[in-house]
Amino acid sequence: MIEVNSLSKVFGDVPALSDVSFRARDGVITGLLGPNGAGKSTCLRILSSVLRPSHGTASVGGIDVSGDPLAVRRIIGTLPHGAGLYPHLTAVENIRYFGLLCGVDRATLSKRIDRLVQRLDLGDVADRKAGGFSQGERTKVALARALVHEPPHLLLDEPTNGLDVMAVRQLRKWLQELARDGHCILISSHVMQEISALADDLVIIAHGRVAAKGTPEELADRFGNWDLEEIFVSAVGGEPS
Amino acid sequence: MSAILTVCRKEILDNSRDRRTLLTATLLGPLLGPIFFVFIFNVSISRATSSADEQIDVPIIGAEYAGNLVAFLASRGIGASEGHGLGSIDEAVRAVRNGDQEVVVFVDDSFGEDLASEAGAHVTLVYDESDTASGRRVGRVRGSVGAYSQQIGTLRLLARGLDPSVVRPLIIDNFDVSTAEERSSLILGMLTYFLLFATLMGGLHLATDTTAGERERKSLEPLLATPVSRSSLILGKMGATTAYMLLSLALTLACFAIAIPYMSIDDLGMSTSFDPVTALTAFLVLLPFAPLGAALMTTVACFTKSYKEAQSYLGFVILVPTLPLILASILNVRPSLALMAVPSLSQHLLITNLIRAEPLEASMLAVSVATTLLLGLLLAYAAVRLYGRERILG
Repeated sequence: MIEVNSLSKVFGDVPALSDVSFRARDGVITGLLGPNGAGKSTCLRILSSVLRPSHGTASVGGIDVSGDPLAVRRIIGTLPHGAGLYPHLTAVENIRYFGLLCGVDRATLSKRIDRLVQRLDLGDVADRKAGGFSQGERTKVALARALVHEPPHLLLDEPTNGLDVMAVRQLRKWLQELARDGHCILISSHVMQEISALADDLVIIAHGRVAAKGTPEELADRFGNWDLEEIFVSAVGGEPS
Repeated sequence: MSAILTVCRKEILDNSRDRRTLLTATLLGPLLGPIFFVFIFNVSISRATSSADEQIDVPIIGAEYAGNLVAFLASRGIGASEGHGLGSIDEAVRAVRNGDQEVVVFVDDSFGEDLASEAGAHVTLVYDESDTASGRRVGRVRGSVGAYSQQIGTLRLLARGLDPSVVRPLIIDNFDVSTAEERSSLILGMLTYFLLFATLMGGLHLATDTTAGERERKSLEPLLATPVSRSSLILGKMGATTAYMLLSLALTLACFAIAIPYMSIDDLGMSTSFDPVTALTAFLVLLPFAPLGAALMTTVACFTKSYKEAQSYLGFVILVPTLPLILASILNVRPSLALMAVPSLSQHLLITNLIRAEPLEASMLAVSVATTLLLGLLLAYAAVRLYGRERILG
């Protein structure tokens, strides 16, 4: 369970988030939807305790992110924007490094990596250096890295960026499996189609504020439209003139 | 602690696959230094020895007016060169300016008469003071002409029944106290410069790559989201930087230990001790400098916004530890307890001592190690603070 209460973040004089509140439940995928620069990444970075909130609180699994950031980091897996792998390390070495940093013992780690490599179909690239990976391979390795310490919460920042249709479908399948296993998954995106196919709950943010939230059905009722793109446009305040 | 080691091991492995790291840590510093050094050393040695007693030929205009002088110079290894085609002072000046000649002796046509009448005979030396390469030869010619003058003066006094020491109230006895090791250490003093430089070069790429580079590759955000404190992360990175700096230093010392016996030090009648034990001691003396340099470079790299910015700042930063060395060689300072409080200078003075085969004083060594590590700790603290800022994410 992830809870965000009246969260605000100011960079210098520039407000990035203002009074944002929402919940992400266990066992479902929550979509954080918003245009570029809406504050999605800032929100995820606060939840992963990389940034500190200016006002308000956020908690992951009942632990306050400002109060005990290290405890929060033990129970989250993050997939930040652009994967961020070490190009000189192989896929397995990239995953193992994070497993060790998360305190997983070596014996368990090897077994888990084998399992993840199999599950994410990484066998071909497991011992190749990440520098030459395609975007899809990078995302898969980054996802494996986020899962290696078996965190109950997943924070994914635009995970489908740069992926082709097949890769997106596969990722979607994995995320749905993870949600069924009881994971609390928060996924940010600016691509409506992806979110509509994935998320059980939606939080639409624009200009650092929550514009609307609810299940896709609730939002459709409220905005009188089933097309998520139209809902999105109405929620963020209409198309630019 | 295990997290620090994990980070350190990963950065060592990661960078062992990076060509730039390998180039700067294992080739640039360790090989370039000794090669450059041996080259400079042999050039300066050959200059120093060649000037001492080598036969030189100097154009003497008007040699025919001063047969005795020419014979005297010849007895001191300064021959009158033939066919120089110079006839006047103006021509001599031109020849020296052009670099055709280093020094020209001009003898007045009235030389013989002036000498005979004891009026004071003129000999003109034409040379270029700014041309340092010719300095020793000019000095030899001037000294020999002076010696000839004194010889004649002595003979004149004797002819008048006077003791020549009447006009020599002071007798200067030169007593050079420098030992053979000390003379060679003037040149070998440059060694520390190369050692410090190679040490810093070894970590230059890592300091940048593990901080600004990591941010640019976007792997910093997931790293910061792991349950490891930022101080552990940056300490692990500094550890890896230190490891490469020590690798570079060890390789450089090994190269010097191999190269120095091949240098023609014996030509100068100097001895120098740079056996494996000296190399190992030098390594231990320089050991505390590596974490200091790593902390310094990491702090600067943490402060910058991009890889490029970090690299350009670090280009300057690695010169900072060499400044005390330059000052020391200009001022020719001797080791003292107070100077041991200046990192890089203290290592320089200690290693110079080591090369001179003088014993290292325990108190000096202790002050050097303590102050270097202390400054390293302060800088490491600064790096930890900078790495802890939110802005580190860019």
